[in-house]
Amino acid sequence: MSNANREAPPSAGRAGIKRELPEHFRDYRHVWVFIELERGEVHPVSFELLGEGRKLADKLGMQLAGIVLGPPGEATQHAIAEAFAYGADLVYLVEAPLLADYRNEPFTKAMTDLVNTHKPEILLLGATTLGRDLAGSVATTLLTGLTADCTELDVVDGSLAATRPTFGGSLLCTIYTLNYRPQMATVRPRVMAMPPRTDKPVGRVIRHKLSMTEEEIITKVLGFNLDRQSAKANLAYADIVVAGGLGLGSAENLQLVKNLARAIGAEYGCSRPLVQKGWMPADRQVGQTGKTIRPKLYIAAGISGAIQHRVGVEGADLIVAINTDPNAPIFDFAHLGIVTDAIRFLPALTEAFTRRLSPHSHDKLAS
Amino acid sequence: MHIVICIKQVPDSAQIRVHPVTNTIMRQGVPTIINPYDLFALEEALRLRDAHGGEVTVLTMGPPMAEDALRKALTYGADRAVLLTDRCFAGSDTLATSFALSRAIVRIGETFGAPDIVFAGKQTIDGDTAQVGPGIAKRLGLLQFTYVAKIGSIDVDAREITVKRRSEGGTQMLKSRLPCLVTMLEGTNEIRRGSLDDAMRAARSQIVKWSAAEAGIDDLNKCGLRGSPTVVKRVFAPTTRAEKATQIDMTDKTQHDLADELIAAIFTRQPALEHELAFDGGQ
Ligand SMILES: Cc1cc2nc3c(=O)[nH]c(=O)nc-3n(C[C@H](O)[C@H](O)[C@H](O)COP(=O)(O)OP(=O)(O)OC[C@H]3O[C@@H](n4cnc5c(N)ncnc54)[C@H](O)[C@@H]3O)c2cc1C
Repeated sequence: MSNANREAPPSAGRAGIKRELPEHFRDYRHVWVFIELERGEVHPVSFELLGEGRKLADKLGMQLAGIVLGPPGEATQHAIAEAFAYGADLVYLVEAPLLADYRNEPFTKAMTDLVNTHKPEILLLGATTLGRDLAGSVATTLLTGLTADCTELDVVDGSLAATRPTFGGSLLCTIYTLNYRPQMATVRPRVMAMPPRTDKPVGRVIRHKLSMTEEEIITKVLGFNLDRQSAKANLAYADIVVAGGLGLGSAENLQLVKNLARAIGAEYGCSRPLVQKGWMPADRQVGQTGKTIRPKLYIAAGISGAIQHRVGVEGADLIVAINTDPNAPIFDFAHLGIVTDAIRFLPALTEAFTRRLSPHSHDKLAS
Repeated sequence: MHIVICIKQVPDSAQIRVHPVTNTIMRQGVPTIINPYDLFALEEALRLRDAHGGEVTVLTMGPPMAEDALRKALTYGADRAVLLTDRCFAGSDTLATSFALSRAIVRIGETFGAPDIVFAGKQTIDGDTAQVGPGIAKRLGLLQFTYVAKIGSIDVDAREITVKRRSEGGTQMLKSRLPCLVTMLEGTNEIRRGSLDDAMRAARSQIVKWSAAEAGIDDLNKCGLRGSPTVVKRVFAPTTRAEKATQIDMTDKTQHDLADELIAAIFTRQPALEHELAFDGGQ
């Protein structure tokens, strides 16, 4: 069972939020954002969360802190500087060689020690493989509430109001963590908008020691295989995404989507049934159980626009839908619609784009 | 080797409808299934048992009807099924759920032998939190490996395990110790069809049913709503956008005309895109 699945208890109903915190929670203050650093790189979701955390902190009249856990060295210093550039007032830092590669044990220890010492009111993490692994352990260690995959965060009557999809995405629910601190939430990459980067290079850094030695950590890292860059889908951060759905009819027809994507420098993606059929790998799936995307342009071909697909693409600036069915739900949230057979239309579109984008192609041919 | 796997019975959410007026879930007649992600973990558990010997115990917390999910797991080849069911669990959030399941796993250990590995699904399709697995691990003081793409090797006598786990930019190879908790990534193995023998055995099997007390849970303040720090305050339908998509008019046009018109419409709405596209794409 999970919190999102639960009906609201009748007693909680519309009654106000109970805010009589137990004495020992009164000194919990400030909004924390975990700055996810893996293999030298800060995950952009951390900046998106700083943007969101800033709003919450301002509403609460509190400070915004970045939490940096990493090995001594340049990458960690860079993460600190970036946290400030994206709006953190201060950074809590645990710097230790043991934090070079992600392992649950030292990261959970570092984070829970920080929380117990400095007592944040709110703690936000990205719902990445690392963030989810860590958040679950930290919340259970601290015995506090954790709301996963939020799509909206707000402060209502001084409490964190975390909204997330439920029932397979068909409904939303707003969840509070009353009487427990910190109030924890995870948010998936690209659900929140990227805040502007400022050039505010310095801030206060509060250091904390990791009270753990390598001998105490049972898990050892044997190695790491980087994804082959070329094969890796970077859907979440692509500016343009072209996606195909079941309407394309066959695995072969997906080539039409890939061709268009290649012609305009886009990433390609798909709806879930295509992954289930084995037509595309899981990291190309767009939607609630796939990737959340926020491209400038999203072209959906042969996709019906089910709610689970919709929640993953709603953040796009411009949604174009190609579908044979004028009543397909995708037309309810697309900006531009075209009722036609995608199998015939995609090649024409690819060709038209190519013509339009390379006006000198004729010259080249001529010379 | 003793493997415990936690599964959940979920409504087939593809078939859930929301009442258009009251915004409530219409559950009537919605079939239930084993959470699809759990099946990959179950399959992995069965493979390990087949390779190394031992037993697989499948555990679920849920209403009495969750017995169906357990029986289904038995048809796949699990050896034993435990249903943790009690009204006091109603309304559990992830923290309360991980408490109850971890107590049941302790009880399973006392009754049927301590587990070497506890499996859980990566996440459920109804709650989607991916938190219960890590929660159970923490409660039991087990090492945890989430998003595991492959279990490399297991040495039951030396108590060693190696796993490949998915991380943002690649795959991490880890070596650790048993016992541990593993959540499997989807698509990592081919889920078997149960054999006829297993189906017959499943139909005859006794399912172990424990109430909270029988599972050794005496602190009811840690269960159900009382044990859940999070409180659902409001459930509502997503707002729909007022206007529908602007349709490109189809009459008397070739696919090529249509394509040109669509591109013009795109660039009218997003003028900056044309420049960026000409720059990045089109080669
Ligand atoms: C818990 C849960 C999680 C889910 N998560 C996701 C998710 O992350 N992402 C996701 O996408 N789905 C997800 N789904 C599935 C989702 O509910 C839909 O089933 C799925 O999105 C439908 O995919 P589709 O639109 O490609 O296929 P269909 O629904 O079959 O639609 C195909 C569309 O193509 C159109 N079409 C047919 N032929 C043509 C043609 N020649 N040219 C143009 N159009 C044509 C049809 O009119 C139709 O609208 C999830 C479901 C559940 C229950």
